[in-house]
Amino acid sequence: MASTEEIREGLAEIVNEITGVPAEDVQLDKSFTDDLDIDSLSMVEVVVAAEEKFGVKIPDEEVKNLATVGDAVTFIEKAGS
Amino acid sequence: MARSQARVVVTGLGATTPVGGDVASTWESLLAGRSGVRKLTQEWVADLPVQIGAPAAVDPSEVLPRVEARRLDRSAQFAIICAREAWADAGFSGKASEAGLDPDRVGVVCASGIGGLTTLLSNYDQLRDSGPRRVSPLAIPMLMPNSPSANVSIDLQAQAGAHTPVSACSSSAEAIALAVDMIRLGRADVVVAGGTEAVISPLPIAAFANMMALSKRSDDPTVVSRPFDKNRDGFVLGEGGALMVLESAEHAEARGARVYAEVAGAGMSADAHHIAQPEPTGRGVITAIRKALADAGLSPEDIGHVNCHATSTPAGDVAESVALNAVFGDRTPSIPVTAPKSMIGHLLGGAGAVESLATVLTLHHGLVPPTANVDDVDDDINLDIVRTTPRKLDDGPLAALNDSFGFGGHNVVLAFRRA
Repeated sequence: MASTEEIREGLAEIVNEITGVPAEDVQLDKSFTDDLDIDSLSMVEVVVAAEEKFGVKIPDEEVKNLATVGDAVTFIEKAGS
Repeated sequence: MARSQARVVVTGLGATTPVGGDVASTWESLLAGRSGVRKLTQEWVADLPVQIGAPAAVDPSEVLPRVEARRLDRSAQFAIICAREAWADAGFSGKASEAGLDPDRVGVVCASGIGGLTTLLSNYDQLRDSGPRRVSPLAIPMLMPNSPSANVSIDLQAQAGAHTPVSACSSSAEAIALAVDMIRLGRADVVVAGGTEAVISPLPIAAFANMMALSKRSDDPTVVSRPFDKNRDGFVLGEGGALMVLESAEHAEARGARVYAEVAGAGMSADAHHIAQPEPTGRGVITAIRKALADAGLSPEDIGHVNCHATSTPAGDVAESVALNAVFGDRTPSIPVTAPKSMIGHLLGGAGAVESLATVLTLHHGLVPPTANVDDVDDDINLDIVRTTPRKLDDGPLAALNDSFGFGGHNVVLAFRRA
């Protein structure tokens, strides 16, 4: 199982690919909408790419609970364990 | 209805075409008679009955930032590129409010013939191959035909309205006609108008080929598109588009804008005849030309140039010649005409805009670009076709027409006048 940092790095790569936000800005305490300016459409792209990368399922109803990068990393850690 | 007194002028030009990534390079290529038709190199071309096309000279990926481009269908990428060039050319920078304009008085009419077809097809491939979860959340915003128009309105902060006429190959000429209406009716002072198309892809090529619309010649690609020539056998599919900044003459004058030409009027009609064949007597085209002249307050004697629709199909080119002769009578053989599709192919929903832009520049510079590949004029064509080298037009008052006709029997004729 990937470490917290590995998951954050993986997510940061995805976010950079989809939105152009620099990977180093994608830190655990950052809000996807308020800090990283990711709109709802790009968020769905990020989620689907994360599902693929980490081999997990992130149900649509969970996405609204993933406010920060840290929330997403925690969800992926739990879903993958 | 009485003709409105508001005059509409062209103050900015933007284009990306098979012969140039901007207006200057496109115009230079047209004057030089340089063709943008090439052998297509994509893998998928191998099984197709037609393996040539006229791709954009400059790929939009070379112009737009990667992240911006990936959220836009190629047709909208073209639109954004054209809009930014036209906007800057008109002397505006930044969004409408930053450019000193009232955003509620700025509109967009950006046409598409087919819409985001390649986005639709690639998402269908995802659905079929990888399941529904892999269909992009951006699929609908990218494939909807109003996407180029909406994206231009967002980019420029154009809030007076963003419209998308769809009439196949006359779509972007119709866009210019509707933009003129917006200004005449007082709904906007400035309208960015034109259209784009981006469907060089296996399905449209197969479909157009099966309609017998495309040339099946397999010799040198640059000689395949040959409007008015005896040996023409269909059009060549191109991509790209153009947008122009149209403005009320009053608004342009108040800000001291450079004026390329006046959009003097528009005429539209429908053949009500056949979904793909031109009406052989040219009845609908004749009506559209007469309406354009009347709307512009011009008589046939005022017209000194026609930028033809002429796609290089056997029936269509003759029908256009028949119609022009019906309107202009004995004067027809003394009106220089040209057919840009001989060099850029057929841009479908982008064609009317690019060719209107060429018409505007023809009036502005007093030069008619040549038609390529007219080696042996068809006996049924009775027109003064400018060939080989550009034709100089006389100084002084001058008006010109641009013809655009679309599958479905849509006829749009625009009249332009020297400013």
